[in-house]
Amino acid sequence: MSYHGGDFDVIVIGAGHSGVEAGLASARAGANTLMLTLNLDAVAFMPCNPSVGGPAKGIVVREIDALGGEMARNIDKTHIQMRMLNTAKGPAVRALRAQADKFLYQQEMKETIEKTENLLLRQGMVESLVIEDDKVKGVVTQTGAVYNAKAVIVTTGTYLRGKVILGELSYESGPNNMQPSVNLSYDLQKLGFKMERFKTGTPPRVNSRTIDYSKTEIQPGDDVPRAFSYETTKFITDQLPCWLTYTNEDTHTFINDNLSRSPMYSGMIEGTGPRYCPSIEDKIVRFSDKPRHQIFLEPEGRNTQEVYVQGLSTSLPEDVQHNILRTIPGLEHVQMMRPGYAIEYDAIVPTQLWPTLETKMIDGLFTAGQINGTSGYEEAAGQGLMAGINAAMKVLGKEPLILDRSEAYIGVMIDDLVTKGTEEPYRLLTSRAEYRLLLRHDNADLRLTEKGHEIGLISDERFARFEKKKAEIAEEIQRLDKTTIKASPEAEKVMEAASSSPLKEAMNAAVLLKRPEVTYAAIDALAPAEKELDADVKEQVEIQVKYKGYIAKQLEQVGKLKKMENKKLPEDLDYHAIKGLAIEAREKLSEVRPLSVAQASRVSGVNPADVSVLLVYMEQGRLQKVAAEG
Amino acid sequence: METDTIAAISTPMGEGAIGIVRISGPAAFQVADQLYTGKKALAEVDTHTINYGHIQDPASGETVEEAMVSVLRAPRTYTKEDIIEINCHGGLTSVNRVLQLALRYGARLAEPGEFTKRAFLNGRIDLSQAEAVMDLIRAKTDQAMNVAMNQVEGKLSSRIQTLRQKLLETVASVEVNIDYPEYDAEEVTLEMIREKGTEVEQAIEELLTTAHQGKILREGLSTVILGRPNVGKSSLLNNLVHENKAIVTDIPGTTRDVVEEYVNIRGVPLRLLDTAGIRETEDIVERLGVERSRKVVKDAELALLVLNYNEAITEADEELFKLIQDQDTIIIVNKTDLAPEISLDQVKELANGNPVITTSLLKDEGVDDLEEAIRELFFAGEMEGGDLSYVSNSRHIALLEQAKRSVQEALSAAEGGMPIDMVQIDITRAWEVLGEVIGDSVQESLIDQLFSQFCLGK
Repeated sequence: MSYHGGDFDVIVIGAGHSGVEAGLASARAGANTLMLTLNLDAVAFMPCNPSVGGPAKGIVVREIDALGGEMARNIDKTHIQMRMLNTAKGPAVRALRAQADKFLYQQEMKETIEKTENLLLRQGMVESLVIEDDKVKGVVTQTGAVYNAKAVIVTTGTYLRGKVILGELSYESGPNNMQPSVNLSYDLQKLGFKMERFKTGTPPRVNSRTIDYSKTEIQPGDDVPRAFSYETTKFITDQLPCWLTYTNEDTHTFINDNLSRSPMYSGMIEGTGPRYCPSIEDKIVRFSDKPRHQIFLEPEGRNTQEVYVQGLSTSLPEDVQHNILRTIPGLEHVQMMRPGYAIEYDAIVPTQLWPTLETKMIDGLFTAGQINGTSGYEEAAGQGLMAGINAAMKVLGKEPLILDRSEAYIGVMIDDLVTKGTEEPYRLLTSRAEYRLLLRHDNADLRLTEKGHEIGLISDERFARFEKKKAEIAEEIQRLDKTTIKASPEAEKVMEAASSSPLKEAMNAAVLLKRPEVTYAAIDALAPAEKELDADVKEQVEIQVKYKGYIAKQLEQVGKLKKMENKKLPEDLDYHAIKGLAIEAREKLSEVRPLSVAQASRVSGVNPADVSVLLVYMEQGRLQKVAAEG
Repeated sequence: METDTIAAISTPMGEGAIGIVRISGPAAFQVADQLYTGKKALAEVDTHTINYGHIQDPASGETVEEAMVSVLRAPRTYTKEDIIEINCHGGLTSVNRVLQLALRYGARLAEPGEFTKRAFLNGRIDLSQAEAVMDLIRAKTDQAMNVAMNQVEGKLSSRIQTLRQKLLETVASVEVNIDYPEYDAEEVTLEMIREKGTEVEQAIEELLTTAHQGKILREGLSTVILGRPNVGKSSLLNNLVHENKAIVTDIPGTTRDVVEEYVNIRGVPLRLLDTAGIRETEDIVERLGVERSRKVVKDAELALLVLNYNEAITEADEELFKLIQDQDTIIIVNKTDLAPEISLDQVKELANGNPVITTSLLKDEGVDDLEEAIRELFFAGEMEGGDLSYVSNSRHIALLEQAKRSVQEALSAAEGGMPIDMVQIDITRAWEVLGEVIGDSVQESLIDQLFSQFCLGK
């Protein structure tokens, strides 16, 4: 039995971190959007660690904000603590991380969605896609509702043919005993998508009342108010601390004694797990000489006693988990509330996607988040946002938005996925970015606000504020370039306070600011700006002046990259017809179908000679010829 | 790709006394004017003119070469880019020095066929030549890759791999501090970077100065021909020279009677010592005296010892064998057109593992074997640093210098108190550049290192 459920521009399947951004972006960009999720109580659910941000990931959250996404605003309203990481290092690697109140986070996000124009949130499990002539036309739910749409975004996370493994026990399930989505996976396979099987895991949760915190170290939030969103003006000051403890020899012995009961080693798990998120049993086997491992105790919210035991991700049996916990200082009498578990799920091989996150096989079908082989809420949200934007742009007949590797971590991630694929759940790391110094958390707005405005996700009002900030930064840098600071007793005092060497003669203010120990505040004291500038303007001026040399070097490299990015390759190019390409390159290029020569050069197995051959063909206009014939 | 400026020697090695260093690309003038002193800066002279001046090393101020410099402005040039051609007449040594300077001051070494490729890409060559160009690119690159593969086993390669590993561990340690700020890994300090950086800088410096290949590149593999009178030394010399078009050069600073000739044997640059002497008297020992000839032989990197097939081994032959012990030597038993009188077994015994070739230079037999033996000796890595062809030599030197500069920049940034992640930009760059030397520079290996070196995760 089926019935007509309704007609939409865009349908989003799933309402996790990817799905919510996709739905909101699509609706805000002007597309009539339906979000379908199999459980309305699991919107923006955090099945693993209750935190948002961190190195690279935190920068993604800011990028999402600059493009008009929701994650930053939502965590700003619902965190229990926030910290700036890497403050002792350079500006390129500083990053915010928040501990979330996972329940408030969900509530807040759900309400935002409910209040959004153009957006309908509905409970329902999608069983299959409606496809005609390799074009997506809609979806069919378990209850028989047929929804029509011009574009569909699949964001199924770990639900897709999910399987929970806990010691000797295993059963079909989504995260945290949610219903899994099984039929949709088979439907995708039937359409011809290549799938892979990944695995991830989560640690046990314990009751705070039963923890002896006196045996642990306190990890408070920052004293200074912090926020992810450039728009946040209300800061949460009442913060909750996290706590640090360690495993010990007893823990390791106990785990070693029970390894035979671990599904990791009994062969029960077939999915590939991420190296950066190993289970505790994995850590102990692989790094047997490490005498202890850190365990962070993180509250899951303000109105709960549940505590997340970070560092103890495991799929050992429940009784073993219980005993492991009790070997740890502070947890001797702890009560476990939920055991940790491993979860396996289906993902699609992401080289089957265009950089817009639309699938190459089915027109109008997009995928985002964990289904594309990533892990992490921020990675999911970044992709969800881009898929939502691009689905809406497609439906509205506008140009897609593709960010390149020099513009955003989101660009780095999507390019990695669609160009190289991934053999394990993909996590963003700062070391994946070639132009780390350009992709800072402090300049995400400068990089992306304009794009967010163009696609209609950033309001004119916000854009005007941004333009003003940008102008102020430029003016102030110009002023410093023209300002001379004279050697004076006052200057000597300021220099001494900064533990810098005194001025021997008059010096240009910008040059002086380049000294590592000299801050903008010191310059401002000696040569004050006409009017008091905002803190973030000052910060920008300081960073841009101080690291000008390094920034210029990276910009020069970016210039070269852009030239190659601008050499476009036709989508339907027949690489097998290009004489001179190595066989391996022909096959890899046919699979990835890169959109530019730059992207082609990043495909693994394509060497510089192949790139030269492509250039030679292009220049002769033969690419078009081959494309026309093919 | 065609945004940068390339340089190469555009005359074949060992073929002609004039060598031309060609520089092509947007920064051609900028590069050349740093090296050139003449009446006017090259940027100011008319296009398609030849200008007299000097090439100097900007660092030392030393004049390297008196040169005629052609100035060809885009687009009426071979590549349709700005081209500067520096005509050098001081032989290989100075041509190579000029190239090295150009590479140090902003140009990149051209890949095989790259001038032609640019000419093609810029529409200078028509379509009918396209296939040929691509075959060229393909073939030369494959060849370059083969050389690189060959070097994977070579000494240079393993030393570079050690250096890279050292850099990679440092980089990974910094990365773990950045990506996992709370992980209990040791915090990498600027002091540690300084220490490692200095170590690596010294090692690169050592590679650059002591590496044999640099010397061979500049000067050729010094080769001495030995043998008693009338065994066929001058035939051998003439044969090698005739087949391979030698350049005759008086090397300044050496005695005028030691004339050297350059030949290129299957990609191996040989510098044949005392060729005039061989032609005159056929006997280096007689002419130079025992002590001096011993020194000439000792200083040579390769000895070619010629024996007579038609005569039994004499005491004088045995003396020569003594002279060349501890030396890379090829034994040539010549005159196989005559009756066999020599005991080849005895020769092999005396040869002590060195290759023995039989030839009849008169009948032009066995020369192929000899050339092959020279090539094998050179490329099989039996000679220190000998596993480097001319092109990769120059490329390697350029890359090593680039890596050194990056390490130095990192060190001076550390000195200036820059944050560690900034300092690391140049350390990573050095690691990547060293990777290019051995044809391996994948970002992914950093991530692998990160996860194998540290136990990370939630």
